[in-house]
Amino acid sequence: MAKFNLSINGKQHEVDVDPSTPMLWVLRDHLDLVGTKYGCGIAQCGACTVLLGDVAVRSCSLPVSQVGQQKITTIEGLSENGDHPLQLAWLENDVPQCGYCQAGQIMNAAALLKANPNPTDEEIEAAMNGNICRCGTYTRIKKAIKAAAQM
Amino acid sequence: MTRIKTSYGRRSFIKTTVLAGGGMMLGFSWLAGCKLDSPNGELALPENWYELNGFLKIGENGVVTIMSPNPEIGQNVKTSMPMIVAEELDVDWKQVIVEQAPLNTDIFTRQLAGGSQSIRQGWKSLRMAGATARHMLRQAAAQAWDVPLEEVTTEAGTLVHEASGKKAGYGEFASAAANLEVPEEVELKDLKDFKIIGTSRRNVDGKKIVTGQPLFGLDYKREGMLIAMIEHPPAFGMKLKSYDDSAARAMPGIVDVFTITSYPEDYELQWCDTSAFTELLVVVGKSTWEVMQAKKALKTEWEVAPEKTKEVLQFWGNKQPVKSPSGLENTADHIANLATAGEKLAEVVRKDGDPEAAFKKAARIIERSYSAPFLAHNTMEPMNFFAHVTEDKAELVGPVQTPEFMEKSVSARLGLPLEKIDIQMTRQGGGFGRRLYGHFLVEAAVISQKLKAPVKLIYTREDDMSFGNYRPAYYATYRAALDENNNLLAFHVRAGGIPESPLFANRFPAGAVDNYLAEGWAIESNITIGAFRAPRSNFIAGAEQSFLDELAEEMGKDPIEFRLELMERAKNNPVGENNDYDPERYAGVLKLVREKSDWGNEKPGVGRGVSAYYCHNSYVAQVMDIEMKNGKPVIQKVHCAVDCGIVVNPDAATNLVEGGTVDGIGHAMFSELTFKDGAPEQKNFDRYRLIRHSEAPKSIEVHFVENDIDPTGLGEPPFPPIMGALANALYRASGKRVYHQPFMGNRQMPG
Repeated sequence: MAKFNLSINGKQHEVDVDPSTPMLWVLRDHLDLVGTKYGCGIAQCGACTVLLGDVAVRSCSLPVSQVGQQKITTIEGLSENGDHPLQLAWLENDVPQCGYCQAGQIMNAAALLKANPNPTDEEIEAAMNGNICRCGTYTRIKKAIKAAAQM
Repeated sequence: MTRIKTSYGRRSFIKTTVLAGGGMMLGFSWLAGCKLDSPNGELALPENWYELNGFLKIGENGVVTIMSPNPEIGQNVKTSMPMIVAEELDVDWKQVIVEQAPLNTDIFTRQLAGGSQSIRQGWKSLRMAGATARHMLRQAAAQAWDVPLEEVTTEAGTLVHEASGKKAGYGEFASAAANLEVPEEVELKDLKDFKIIGTSRRNVDGKKIVTGQPLFGLDYKREGMLIAMIEHPPAFGMKLKSYDDSAARAMPGIVDVFTITSYPEDYELQWCDTSAFTELLVVVGKSTWEVMQAKKALKTEWEVAPEKTKEVLQFWGNKQPVKSPSGLENTADHIANLATAGEKLAEVVRKDGDPEAAFKKAARIIERSYSAPFLAHNTMEPMNFFAHVTEDKAELVGPVQTPEFMEKSVSARLGLPLEKIDIQMTRQGGGFGRRLYGHFLVEAAVISQKLKAPVKLIYTREDDMSFGNYRPAYYATYRAALDENNNLLAFHVRAGGIPESPLFANRFPAGAVDNYLAEGWAIESNITIGAFRAPRSNFIAGAEQSFLDELAEEMGKDPIEFRLELMERAKNNPVGENNDYDPERYAGVLKLVREKSDWGNEKPGVGRGVSAYYCHNSYVAQVMDIEMKNGKPVIQKVHCAVDCGIVVNPDAATNLVEGGTVDGIGHAMFSELTFKDGAPEQKNFDRYRLIRHSEAPKSIEVHFVENDIDPTGLGEPPFPPIMGALANALYRASGKRVYHQPFMGNRQMPG
């Protein structure tokens, strides 16, 4: 066990966990931030995507010991009132079906738009390819990302 | 104007009470709709059809709360079902709050998400509930204002008496209305007066989903809750021999390691208890990561399990023996056996005319075979359940599609009476049939009972993917007999699988061909199977529609025209009996998709495939456009035409059709589960392929047939036919027919 000071969603949090613990489980089990989802545990499905700085990372494969003072943003902290352009676009396009993968999709899209505010269809597909949606909402996700880019 | 009875004899489907603190509570029977269609007398009706299992509350402030008792697995019933109540109640949708019914097993029954039946079965009872509440509110206002009932009208949650200019919100009369007697029958709205049904309303949980609020089973937490995981045999046909938990026990955060038996020998299994592995090793600890690590530190020895046969109580109440043979199975053997077993094992299920004679005199026989592998459901949220079992009660919370059935299982397994079992449903991260089989709920209950503590059982992705209850492996051979003039003389389908046949003998083209033969067969296996989105249809539709496409080509006919000719025959002069489709509605979706896709005028370079299928009471036709880019197929566009009767929530319905289309493409193109010595060779998404963003169609257009038919299924129907459209479009784009799923796999061989 070891103590870690983490900067998550603009706040400091202290946790006392095994250094190998992935951020996913630190968030879910120790900080009650359950918006970040478990899907595969091996960085293949994207359900656990969070922002490390401005970059999308798979939190299931990010040990807490590697985070240091880098800022982490989760779906809960993406916006103050749930009004990030992507969140609004997701609602406008009624994207979710079961909804389980959508936090990861939104966080991955958030990193994409930060790096590339006006992506083409091909760029969206390439950037989003690591995020699986088992319900098959891909066409709506693409539509929502394009709508958010215009906001 | 339609009137609907709220009772049968002296039994009522509706009951009202005054809410504590004022307002009206109206309970209604979910099954009343089915009941009202029944020609039988009251005595013949099951007692539970009268049980109240839906609720509607009208507060004094006018806020309407509708409790949705059916499991939400992404099919959007939590939004669409309350819309139906709100329509008849005539309220402003903005004033409606939708809650997932807190499962009280005394009053909520028949809660099941499966067979695309939620809206179809709820349609009449939901309308009745809304209409009854509206009628009683009007009565209360008429009495208070001393005016005739007929003169009291409603408008978006307001009671109006036009002559006197009196107006009042529903809330003002809710308590008074609750004290009135329930009317024996009520009027339903004319379809043309619908204001909510047929308009798009957003997912009621949308905001919570996009802001990451706790909704799902995996998100559920309780004070003092422990985390449990199971270790099951690595292969079908194996069981636990011995284990050494010393290393695991010594790891930080680990509370206990022990074995459980989920279903003991003397337990009477029911259909939804399907579970290949009933003796499990359990690791319990304080946090998920710690338990995951300890699980890896277990040392286990497994041994081959003997053959076993058990009676299983089926969904329809009959009992059937289910056999699990001994041995470790391999996909290579499966493939070889599937190709040859049909000839030996096939049994005639339907025969019209004299197909043998017709094949004998045929000038030409076209024969093709199709196959599909086992599939894992892979809901994005893995199996999990919370349980807190004490000496006198069991509390369970989580995602399951069959809470009512699993309540019985838990009760029988724990030896607690039904009324002591409380199951609460969370939102579910996908279902697709996997959560019909609630062994994980029984496991959680047994673990909690043993620990005497609240516990959440979590499957890792690997546990989830390798536990079984898969879509079976299927195989079908189609034959057609043609005369010298390319007329279709006879049609023969022989379909089987491991361990069930995908055959629907009475579906199209049965009824459209004079000489028709349908045969089924099955091979035993110890790999457990379960319903997977549109069971059996999910293979046979694609096979049949690929064959019809090839047949049309051989006959020199346009593929849509060929199907329409057959449907015309089935409509005007049907062959045989029990044909399980309406040829006119079937033809309707084909004509609609032909028009919307501008069939026959595709762009150069585009390969176009069509398919149509009927299942779960609905009709779907799809046209797919594929372009080859760098030798790879790119799906540019899919046009879908759907006849599911009245569409309650068009945008949500469109979303379901889009999703079913993408899902069908993905599974037919990429997904397969293979076995080596009984062990699944794919246990996570590194080796098990699901469709990804770049592989989805660039655009999907969905069109609904407009009619006044009561709504039918939608969760499943768009899924099966797209596999046929895909195979046919791949052929037109690449010049190569594909017969064996996954189409992008390495098993392609000439048909």
